[in-house]
Amino acid sequence: MNLALKDIRHGLFRFVLTCFGLGLLMTVVLAMIGIYNGLVSDALAVVKAPAADVWVVEAGTQGPFAEASSIPADTRNAVARMPGVAEAGAINYQNIEAPFQGRTLRLYVIGYERGRPGGPQTIVAGRGIGTSHFELVADRKTGLAPGDTIRLGRNHFTVVGLVEGAMNSGGDPAVFMALADAMDLQTELAPADQRVQVARGGGAVKSASVAAVIVRVTPGADVSLLTATLRQWKHLAALTQAEQETILLASVVDKARRQIGLFLGILLTVSAVVIALIIYTMTMEKLKQIATLKLIGAPDRTIVGLIVQQALILGASGWGIGLVLILLVKDVFPRRVVLEPFNVGVLAAIIFVVCLAASGLGVRAALKVDPATALGS
Amino acid sequence: MALGDVLVEVQGLAKHFGDGETRVDALRSVDLLVRAGEVIALLGPSGSGKTTLLNMIGCILDPSAGRVALDGDPVFDGKWLRNDLRRLRLDKIGFIFQAHNLLPFLTAEENVAVVLDLAGWPAEKGRARARELLDYLEVGHRAKVKPALLSGGEAQRVAIARALANRPRIILADEPTAALDSSRAQLVMDLLRKLAAEQEACIITVTHDEKIFDRFDRLIHLRDGHLVDA
Repeated sequence: MNLALKDIRHGLFRFVLTCFGLGLLMTVVLAMIGIYNGLVSDALAVVKAPAADVWVVEAGTQGPFAEASSIPADTRNAVARMPGVAEAGAINYQNIEAPFQGRTLRLYVIGYERGRPGGPQTIVAGRGIGTSHFELVADRKTGLAPGDTIRLGRNHFTVVGLVEGAMNSGGDPAVFMALADAMDLQTELAPADQRVQVARGGGAVKSASVAAVIVRVTPGADVSLLTATLRQWKHLAALTQAEQETILLASVVDKARRQIGLFLGILLTVSAVVIALIIYTMTMEKLKQIATLKLIGAPDRTIVGLIVQQALILGASGWGIGLVLILLVKDVFPRRVVLEPFNVGVLAAIIFVVCLAASGLGVRAALKVDPATALGS
Repeated sequence: MALGDVLVEVQGLAKHFGDGETRVDALRSVDLLVRAGEVIALLGPSGSGKTTLLNMIGCILDPSAGRVALDGDPVFDGKWLRNDLRRLRLDKIGFIFQAHNLLPFLTAEENVAVVLDLAGWPAEKGRARARELLDYLEVGHRAKVKPALLSGGEAQRVAIARALANRPRIILADEPTAALDSSRAQLVMDLLRKLAAEQEACIITVTHDEKIFDRFDRLIHLRDGHLVDA
């Protein structure tokens, strides 16, 4: 006879409400884990997208994701001729805000050279950029659709295709355009400013610089030798893909990551305290029944089983409800919520341990109950 | 009625709480012999030691001195002679409480069967025995009902069924009729007497209920921890 299940069934409504409350807490915990993963995943997405082996950036900088990097656009030609380089492409990154259909879109503009590394990986709708100017491929999260036209800077761009999962570490969805358009967007002055500049005799301001050159090496090429050679050029620095990812995580998203990690720790602590209190309260309410069970001969394992099983059922239900809820609402979050089976499994293991530890308090109280307590009226 | 084996044998049983100036002697050198088939009452004012004696016979309170033997087995002689007192209670002693103490999350049938489950009976056999007892006590029709929906008399009969489930030979009852009216109280006592005879058990009852005094074989009076009249 399973006394734990019988007791749960007896007070089912209350138990379900308790599980639901715990489930909401677990939803928040899972959301924080998902946001944490999303942050890392988003940050790495833009670095991983070009499938580069080496990033050539401005000397003395950590690359375009950690700080401003500006190198001459023709660096690509020099790099492409180096031994071991299979492909090279100049690339540019910038954030921009643009009005579209009554709202303001914050976009992460990636300028790349058509036919070279740095462009969108997989087009999920429409097509890739087919002309030299005024076309763009947007991430689906921008809300843009193929055929839409949007004004960026002084020009109008037509959306020709969509991609998914392309965004910067701040969660801004990316748009891909031709490098020349991206450079114009970066350097062109507004008409009024342009007139002032001309009146001052300065002419138009144009800078032919890009943020980085992406390199893919030939099979079997020595990447470390290539980066060492590139570093000998005084105005350039070279980072391997792994170094670029490490820099991004260590310098760009590190604070946010630690903050979320700390918050997650606090949430798990709160969850542990809440579970302990619930189980302790459930046990204290049953002290007379536990005394009766002891009096009629129930061994300690029956009493411990009653409490621990209820604690585990409570934890498992809370975890299950939390998982279902987060799966239902994760797409509503403004930032991507990424839940891996591993994370969900680890949380289950943590809850299991927390429930066992939390039930210790209740078990201790139950085992101390004098069976003679049952004899009082 | 012919009396059988000695089921409860108490010699020089004493209990004190505290030491020195705070010492309280709850029970002082009590001797008691109860045989199979006997139904006895422990009487006395509050603080006289009735419940203390009942608890020590029930192996739920440590005596300070003396000897206790249950169903022929010595269980206390200056110290407990067995480590498994709960198993001893499960096998040899049945308890009936004033407040019934039925587990609220179990049905009447389950409340009886839980004792057999703890004793290691197969579930089906335990349920059959529980039904048999409930039918015998004329509450079989309430077997699937939770205690909250039972009347006082029904609950008490379920509690008696639970106390008898594992066929214990010693039944300890603490004010079993306190919550019942006069006629029901006498019916319960008649039932207990009948069961004691049938199962060759003894029943030791703590009571203040004068209405049922005539249902006991012996009235044992306690005062200030002494057995004053048996």
